[in-house]
Amino acid sequence: MAEKEKKYDRQLRLWGDHGQRDLENASVCLINVTATGTETLKNLILPGIGSFTIVDGGRISGQDAGNNFFLDPEKIGEYKSKVAMELLQELNPDVKGEYVEEDVSQLLERTPQFFTGFSVVISGSLTLTVLKKLAALLWPHKVPLVVCLSYGFLGYIRIAVEEHAVIESHPDNAHEDLRLDDPIEDFVKFCDSIDLESLDKKDHSHTPYLIILFKYLQTWKNDHNGQVPNTWKEKKQFKAAILAGVRKNAEGVPEDEENYDEAAKHVNTAFVPNKIPPELKAILDDHKCLNITDSSSNFWILANGLRQFVQNEGCGFLPLRGSLPDMTSDSERYVKLQNIYQAKAAHDMQIVSNYVSQACSSLGCGNGRVSERDLKRFCRNAHFLRVLRTRSLEEEYKQPSKAVIDEFTSDSNSDALWYVLWRAVEMFYTTHGKYPGIEDEELEMDVSRMKSFVKDLMKSWGIPGAIEAVSDDSLQEICRCGAAEIHSVAAYMGGVAAQECIKLITGQYVPVSGAYIYNGLKSTSLTLAV
Amino acid sequence: MEVDQPNEQSDASKWSGRWNHIKKVLERPSPFAHPDFEASSEILEFMQENCKLLVIGAGGLGCELLKDLTLNGFRHIHVIDMDIIDLSNLNRQFLFRQSDINKPKANVAAEFINKRVKGAQVVPHFCKIQDYDSAFYKQFHIVVCGLDSIIARRWINGMLISLLEYDDDGNLDQSSIIPLVDGGTEGFKGNARVILPGMTACIDCTLDLYPPQVTFPMCTVAHTPRQPEHCIEYVRMFGWEKEKPFGDIPIDGDNPEHITWICHAACKRADEYGIQGVTYRLTQGVIKRIIPAVASTNAVIAAACSTEIFKLATSCALPLNNYMVFNDVDGVYTYTFEAEKNDTCIACSQKPRNLTFAPKTLLRELIDHLCEDSTLQMKRPGITTTINGKNHTLYMKSIPSIEEATRPNLSKSLADLGLTDGQELIVADVTTPNAIVFRLKITESETKS
Repeated sequence: MAEKEKKYDRQLRLWGDHGQRDLENASVCLINVTATGTETLKNLILPGIGSFTIVDGGRISGQDAGNNFFLDPEKIGEYKSKVAMELLQELNPDVKGEYVEEDVSQLLERTPQFFTGFSVVISGSLTLTVLKKLAALLWPHKVPLVVCLSYGFLGYIRIAVEEHAVIESHPDNAHEDLRLDDPIEDFVKFCDSIDLESLDKKDHSHTPYLIILFKYLQTWKNDHNGQVPNTWKEKKQFKAAILAGVRKNAEGVPEDEENYDEAAKHVNTAFVPNKIPPELKAILDDHKCLNITDSSSNFWILANGLRQFVQNEGCGFLPLRGSLPDMTSDSERYVKLQNIYQAKAAHDMQIVSNYVSQACSSLGCGNGRVSERDLKRFCRNAHFLRVLRTRSLEEEYKQPSKAVIDEFTSDSNSDALWYVLWRAVEMFYTTHGKYPGIEDEELEMDVSRMKSFVKDLMKSWGIPGAIEAVSDDSLQEICRCGAAEIHSVAAYMGGVAAQECIKLITGQYVPVSGAYIYNGLKSTSLTLAV
Repeated sequence: MEVDQPNEQSDASKWSGRWNHIKKVLERPSPFAHPDFEASSEILEFMQENCKLLVIGAGGLGCELLKDLTLNGFRHIHVIDMDIIDLSNLNRQFLFRQSDINKPKANVAAEFINKRVKGAQVVPHFCKIQDYDSAFYKQFHIVVCGLDSIIARRWINGMLISLLEYDDDGNLDQSSIIPLVDGGTEGFKGNARVILPGMTACIDCTLDLYPPQVTFPMCTVAHTPRQPEHCIEYVRMFGWEKEKPFGDIPIDGDNPEHITWICHAACKRADEYGIQGVTYRLTQGVIKRIIPAVASTNAVIAAACSTEIFKLATSCALPLNNYMVFNDVDGVYTYTFEAEKNDTCIACSQKPRNLTFAPKTLLRELIDHLCEDSTLQMKRPGITTTINGKNHTLYMKSIPSIEEATRPNLSKSLADLGLTDGQELIVADVTTPNAIVFRLKITESETKS
């Protein structure tokens, strides 16, 4: 086994070799060296991101070296970008590091195209003017922006990306795709070839529960006008009918038949119809799915093929996933079942593949565009596809989202409060050129200044009364911390931000849709579609 | 940039502005602080001069903890780990480099931190936690665990509970409490919790939060394999013993030749049954029971634990009460709740637990109960008792000669062993540093307690 495979073994088990390849082909840019920023980079460099670039025109102060593992106090006065790059690169020889000793605002002015070549741009807190300018530059180039900062015991991450498609969302508790409501032809044949009554004791107790369920379901449907057991009472009766089928020994005592127990246990979940989830429906009805062009991404071309399958051959169903959960069974019948499911999945996939090929050739974009492997992954994960679209920063700062207003006004304990306060801090900084509570002498004054900024913000949001929800305690706390970046809070945010970047880069797992707020005072957090 | 010139000797650990960040929260009052909090510069002094922390584990969480704690202002930290560095650690255990492979984790981690964070005095211990007794553990103000072993967690939990002191009226002496902060991760999931031994839910109070270990039924592995894992388990359980491919030695999950051999043998078995999916990676995963791990989750959980330690040591904010779970598979999700103290907890309730059995129950069944009950989950319990004023070992697995001598007792009933109602059973196990007393209730009814 290759050295690299050994080194990355523990993560390859999560995102696979293809996820690792995506990571190794990616380049990220960090704007401004903060503890939160370097911690984020650390967690991208360790798993082997292709390259990173640090942009910062500032020099190391004593305070900077105090909370940052990657700024050497012996180099106080030197450029932050250079020192941080060197100490970070040391973490992984596979990763290439670069630095630019220039202020982001100058670089934005001089060579804006510098930023648009990265896979993801990560930034700490910037002045609002620079932040908006950066965001406006990246948005049309479809480069995701991840704003990430720590402020006292609070942390804030904002992801801005026009569109992000996820094929492998890796859901935790996915229900199995067994199709008992619309059984596969070969499965029905296989079930019909088995007569439970005539099986010997061993075969009877090793008949897969899927077969047992199906057989009892046929009987039930015959007695119930073709309906499956629906109500709680019906399901209870159905379970009892299954358990009555357990073999009994000479004394009339039921044998221990685990397969029958499994069948009874799955009554509640096995007949859930394989409907298309609303989120997927929205994807299939998306204008990008309906109107593919030669500049459409592979995701939308595949989605278009999927849609055609569902509408035609699928009769409203998705392609079969093809996987089977483990169950009590002899090897032979289990493998036979598995082959039936896999063959049907391959058959369905071929149809999707044909639609995709047709689409590609009619668009003139070549058949080789979508690989067999991508197609397989897409069909297998069809049920779990996700498309994420956040609002742009421009929209966010123009008008608050409904989600923000609802969350903030409906729950006085919500951590949405800290989002509101962060926005007021930005206003404070824009006006005063410094953060509230930086100086001891102005602490009290800053609290009342902050209050008036919150008032202004609430007024501009059209909810002036909501100022009541902002307690004096919270204003006090936001000023008390004086923009301190506590290392352990920065490390928390750096962990979260790095994983969000990995999601954006690999297209696996689902990123936060908008903002994430961490409240280290209570160890709680909130995601908010800002 | 200005750098403070210390008056007498030059001290590399002092420079202007170094602690500016944390001083903001330590030297100013806050409405969210603990009621006892008094903002002052003495708090940082306490952290640097007096406060002593113990970090258990120098792996994925441990490396992060050492960095977070020293940059948060702590200096005196001991770290224990019995492991050496492996190539597969380097994707997340950021204090280790290629050239450190096969060196002790605790030593390399301590050395790195002491070099990078000026003034840090991390003391490494390359050993097991069981190698030290209460005299060692007593010296710390706070203990933090970054472990993957539940047994080790329970052991240190039991140790800190044994250090609690009560007055004659049974009131807990608050100064004897050593808080335990515990973190754990698996893939993209993790948890962080704060335990005040004797006051809040301890590790044993919430044993049911740990999922049972996945095991494959013997008959499936031997006779009806269906999954690639079943084929690999078969080779591990039977093939290796039978064929002794490398002589009479146990399987070494880190030896590529061993894994390759098992993988081939498992492939052969899989082919016979038409099973697909045996790969080298899967084989190693099954043999070593590998838990996937990434840098980011370790960073998050260690940071959450470090923030709690910072709060506990300084009172500048209220500590977590008392459990947080984290999962960033779909968005980022956390859930914070108060795990409840269990009034009958074997570790911290101070009450002997009753065990109710019928007289004809076999000793083996009693031992099975100790291992299988979800609130006990013992591993290799050894049982002694007093009969007619004499100590008797009923069964002990850990010492081979005693095991052999007491093995016949396993098939004897409680009555035949002379055990009576109200009898005290002293049970020792790897999950606890001190033996646990159970009171036996003998009744004719069948129900177990």
